[in-house]
Amino acid sequence: MTAPYLPAGLPVPVPEPDAISAPYWNGLREGVLRVQRCTHCGTWQFGPEWICHGCLRFDPQWAEVEATGLIYSWERVWHPAHPALKERGPYLAVLVELPHAGNVRLVGNLLGDALQDVRIGAEVEGVFEHHPESAPPYSLLQWRLR
Amino acid sequence: MNRTLKGRVAIVGVGETPYRNHGQSPDAEFKLALEAILRACEDAGIRPREIDGFASYGDDRSEAVRLATALGLPRLRSAVMQWGGGGGGSCAAVANGAAAIVSGQADCVVAFRSLAQGQYGRFGQSTASGTVSGERAYLVPHGVISPPQRFAMRVRRYMHEHGVRQEALRAIALASYQHAQANPRAVMHGKPLDAAKYDASRWIVEPFHLYDCCMENDGAAAVVMVPSERACDLPGQPAYLLGAASGSDHRFATHAHNSPAYASANFGTVAQDLYRMAGVGPSDVGVVQSYENFTGGVVMALAEHGLFPPGQANIFLTLENLLAPDGCLPLNTSGGNLAECYMHGFEQVIEAVRQVRGRSTAQARRSDVALVIGGPMVAPASSLLLGSAAAAGVPA
Repeated sequence: MTAPYLPAGLPVPVPEPDAISAPYWNGLREGVLRVQRCTHCGTWQFGPEWICHGCLRFDPQWAEVEATGLIYSWERVWHPAHPALKERGPYLAVLVELPHAGNVRLVGNLLGDALQDVRIGAEVEGVFEHHPESAPPYSLLQWRLR
Repeated sequence: MNRTLKGRVAIVGVGETPYRNHGQSPDAEFKLALEAILRACEDAGIRPREIDGFASYGDDRSEAVRLATALGLPRLRSAVMQWGGGGGGSCAAVANGAAAIVSGQADCVVAFRSLAQGQYGRFGQSTASGTVSGERAYLVPHGVISPPQRFAMRVRRYMHEHGVRQEALRAIALASYQHAQANPRAVMHGKPLDAAKYDASRWIVEPFHLYDCCMENDGAAAVVMVPSERACDLPGQPAYLLGAASGSDHRFATHAHNSPAYASANFGTVAQDLYRMAGVGPSDVGVVQSYENFTGGVVMALAEHGLFPPGQANIFLTLENLLAPDGCLPLNTSGGNLAECYMHGFEQVIEAVRQVRGRSTAQARRSDVALVIGGPMVAPASSLLLGSAAAAGVPA
């Protein structure tokens, strides 16, 4: 199992009371990436919504997609905004675009040296980061260079 | 009937409390709001009991009905809050209040912002623990928590697409600080910034140095608006609304950084509406106040208002060009959110009024058309054009 990229103590992600994002979060726990794709018009959609923004049909389906993509943007965080990160030092967040899934984007961390040069357009692959001991348990999708 | 605000409404008074660092105000937030409103009435030469409407934004805690009660108003007619967008609503608050006047729903509207962050916590402060859901669930577990962390990737992408260099962001910070040195109200008055100090300052999150980020402050600011025909009976010099627009581009608010036009400040449609209503173009603008949550957002906001093409940002955004009185586009002439006060952009509305009146501490050479741009990269966004009687086409 991969060690968590950031220290423990950050808020735990959970679906909203209406559970619209539950298929996404449950998928990560199973090691699967799911995003919405309308079966009527083929529109990809993330974050999830109760309606397809392309054809306005309700309840878009979820599709499993390969967790690979391209770095679309990035940031190196130096000033911690949460007590759990006070001792962490700098870390990298990336925005990853999935060309094979309608160019939807996902935010994650770029594994490896936090001081590395980051290139927009670089190919990355997903790494599922599981937190089974958390209450409630959850998983995140992180990224490493291919 | 021509559906417009142009020339129909005048800002006839402005009022501010002293501006302080966050947590430093000795007064309650609601008291600050009252103080700013009374000062605006005094500036306008209007009795406070003539007020019959309030407009604000960013879920201001000083509610209209409480204000009307505290001020003993004979009646409250219009109470308008701009939905969402935080500081993106600074100009929309003015527009919504003005719309109430033009549509006959109110005769004297105060638009305002009040905040005492020491009493109520800071804008965008993180929750310490527990669970997180909705959009924040996609961000917070990855350490994308605070406002600079939420906006840095958008700015980085914009810099990548258009070749914008750090020096362009720096010029915006330097202009605000330089203008603040002439403004005794400014929190950073007497605390100058130069390029070396900027370059040596710590990173908050790349590409934002410390000086690319707004301050956090306590205070309140208010403007009083009346129908234009009433303005000439009042002692103060009015600033007229030329145009106003608010809103959001196609799916800009899509969660987790999925805006179709990601490298944008969200003024694509707003700026077009603004200029159309005002009947002016970017070349008519003499002076700009542009909300600096972060300097990178200002680069995008100015370009989206047509003041330069994005590919020319490095050439246009130099300190010389941005300084009053003689720069080609004096920017944030009171010091703005970076160096006067982070009154969530409402101090910039007031500064635009001062420019039109010719009473800024950093007066621009051309100030008959003054642009105000509300918070960038948020949804909805808003912007505003104020001007002289001549620019508004009303009798002086």
